[in-house]
Amino acid sequence: MEQLELLMGGFANALTPMNLLWVLIGALLGTAVGVVPGLGSAMAVALLLPITFSLEPTAAFIMFAGIYFGGLFGDSTSGILLNTPGHSSAIASTFEGHRMAKSGQAAKALATCAIGAFIGGLIATTLVVFFAPTLVKMATVFGPAEYFALAVFAFLAISAVVSESVIRGIAALGIGLALALVGIDGPSGTARFTLGMPQLFDGISVIVITVGLLALGEVFHVASRIHRDPAATRIHTKGRARLGLADFKKALPAWLRGTAFGVPFGLIPAGGAEVPTFLAYGTEKQLAKRRNDPEFGTSGSIRGLAAPEAAANATAGTAMGALLALGLPVSATAAIMLAAFQQYGMQPGPLLFERSGDLVWALLASLFVGLVILVMINIPFASVWAKLLSIPKHYLYAGITVFSMLGVYAVSSAILDLWLLIAIGLIGFLMRRYNIPLAPVLIAVILGPMAETELRRALAVSEGDLGILVDSPITVTLYLVLAAALALSAVQHLRHRTNRKA
Amino acid sequence: MKFPLRNAIFGLVVAVVAALAFINAGTASGTSTARNKLTLIAPAAPGGGWDSFAREGQQALKSGGVVNNPQVVNVPGAGGTIGLSQFVQTPGREDALLVTGGVMVGAIELGDNPESMADVVPIARMADDYAALVVPADSTFKTFSDFLEAWKKDPGGTSIGGGSLGSIDHLLSAMVAKTVGIDPKDVNYIAYSGGGEALTSLLSHTTAAGMSGYNEVRDQIEAGTLRALAISSEERLDGVDVPTFKEQGVDAAMSNWRGFVAAPGTTDEAKAEFIKIVTEMRSTQHWQEALKRNSWTDTFSTGEEFEQFITNEVATAQEIVKDLGL
Repeated sequence: MEQLELLMGGFANALTPMNLLWVLIGALLGTAVGVVPGLGSAMAVALLLPITFSLEPTAAFIMFAGIYFGGLFGDSTSGILLNTPGHSSAIASTFEGHRMAKSGQAAKALATCAIGAFIGGLIATTLVVFFAPTLVKMATVFGPAEYFALAVFAFLAISAVVSESVIRGIAALGIGLALALVGIDGPSGTARFTLGMPQLFDGISVIVITVGLLALGEVFHVASRIHRDPAATRIHTKGRARLGLADFKKALPAWLRGTAFGVPFGLIPAGGAEVPTFLAYGTEKQLAKRRNDPEFGTSGSIRGLAAPEAAANATAGTAMGALLALGLPVSATAAIMLAAFQQYGMQPGPLLFERSGDLVWALLASLFVGLVILVMINIPFASVWAKLLSIPKHYLYAGITVFSMLGVYAVSSAILDLWLLIAIGLIGFLMRRYNIPLAPVLIAVILGPMAETELRRALAVSEGDLGILVDSPITVTLYLVLAAALALSAVQHLRHRTNRKA
Repeated sequence: MKFPLRNAIFGLVVAVVAALAFINAGTASGTSTARNKLTLIAPAAPGGGWDSFAREGQQALKSGGVVNNPQVVNVPGAGGTIGLSQFVQTPGREDALLVTGGVMVGAIELGDNPESMADVVPIARMADDYAALVVPADSTFKTFSDFLEAWKKDPGGTSIGGGSLGSIDHLLSAMVAKTVGIDPKDVNYIAYSGGGEALTSLLSHTTAAGMSGYNEVRDQIEAGTLRALAISSEERLDGVDVPTFKEQGVDAAMSNWRGFVAAPGTTDEAKAEFIKIVTEMRSTQHWQEALKRNSWTDTFSTGEEFEQFITNEVATAQEIVKDLGL
């Protein structure tokens, strides 16, 4: 176990009192930035980069490790409490997480998240330490046809389960696809639905759509019901807040399932952490249906939160592995970390472990230290954060409004984004009013462009030959699994129907 | 009122703090000169190429004592043209420089923007790097001429992966094609949003070859996973064992340059001051180290030389975009 020895050496380098202080600062900053919608850990690392020039490399890396995972711990906090996910990787955690918070289990939800993020990150980082070179080979077997199959798979796997009414679900998907189409089309350079406004050339940011639909839509909804229908807007503050043994038992398999989804996705540069979080959420939803779990979709299921959260952090863990061993920045944060490493003359890539072994092992050890520190910070804080919900409602929702506007403006400094935010918030309000599910919109926004681009890339490479789509074992397997799953759910559906008739 | 005294003290503290803040804001904006406070506008998201260029500049200006308070503001979007159009809205602004480069020139031509490079005042070209044509190590193309032979025979089947449309990678691919007698419209160029994605497309053998910033693929070349066939510099670079396109008989050269421009309506004095500032910035130790660290080639030029360069770049980009039929 040569790796173990080297990792111990890394710990020896990383674990000095001064470095522990840096990782603590990094973790706090990362969490704080992650909580604000729109400001992900990518932003935090970019802004702190100049400050770390004066630090020695080990201290700087250990601080980055804190920020890197800190952002991921923080982004679901605001999602759970306020329905404003800090980053797109936290969208899937928000669905069930916010339901739990509304039914008085905010502290429990936050603790579930913290532990889920810890488990996901821990397993993924461990895998990276021991198997980095083998894992990165996976990245190179994925071409556009495989990505497309994956996107189709994710699309159907999720869409089939998230909506009770097929027509409403399809309507929501349509809204999402329409929003996603805005902007310059990558493969051809044509501007689509931009109304001639250059500000729309890059499309509507996922953050604007998420925050508008989920947070602002909710604010409008509450504002419209507050005096007429108190029950619709009530946030229960009672309920068991602590994570008990029974909850832990329920969540543990979900955490592990989520991690299993997240690990492979960190290695392939396809849409970052969103796809695995949605897949994890979809799986939990499907499982909940099978075991007739009444909590899912009503008072919030702990499993539906645990799985996507673990998936998001597992993706981040293996993404770090892909960055180090291949020099592949698979997420925005990883791209900035790449720049940060280069500042210290450390060039991630195939030669990294030979060239700057000491630094790499110190960094990997820092990732473990960062995770431990973060879980230590976040679990006690869960109940403090949860107190936020006992703020009187008019203050709370005014706060949410300011908070989301601020986050969106900080990312792009564009006034147009604020108008879009309000417009999408109104759409979100109408959708709530007419019982159209919100999740398919977000799924379409993220997966739609990916499916389109990859399909066109595959066909461009094959010069229009559709055969390329089923040309590799991976694609064939994915489509077969998909067909089997569809057949299975159709059979279940029919059986369900005959049972009801009988 | 339960605590009149406490309220009064609180009110007083608020008033004093606010007054101080207003005074500070008033004086700060009153004496704003480029030497005092200079804003570098990076028309890219944090972490992007122009962002890291701007932040290196910020550090050099600060550590060399050239400017007291240099700042970086990000205005991302559409290949830098959003930043450009915002910048053009502030004529005569003498405390800000816009970071620009080859990518912006391409994006302007591609996007029918109302603003162009003619609207801003060129200050200096600071640093360049170059693009390279690479293939996976196990590719049958051993040399550039192997690749050319296959490419001429079947341009559609020999796909090239690279950065987004209008990037140096894209324009260079078209330029090389035209020089060797292939219609640029027939080039099967697969656009990726980043160097990382383009790289995986090569390693998974999706595309036959890749056009990518040399610095982004340098390590893969040294590690033996990729092979560089040609590089886009005018002459061979120090320490880079890759032949240029020109050496191999294809008259194509292009660089990914970065520089600074000032707002429209900048006075001659202000322009001279800006040029002095960037000249001092270039000679700081931090900047010299930054050039080395990022493997940037120092191509410093100002004044008429730089203006002429931009004119040529715009003409080249216009011609290529026309050839591409976009």
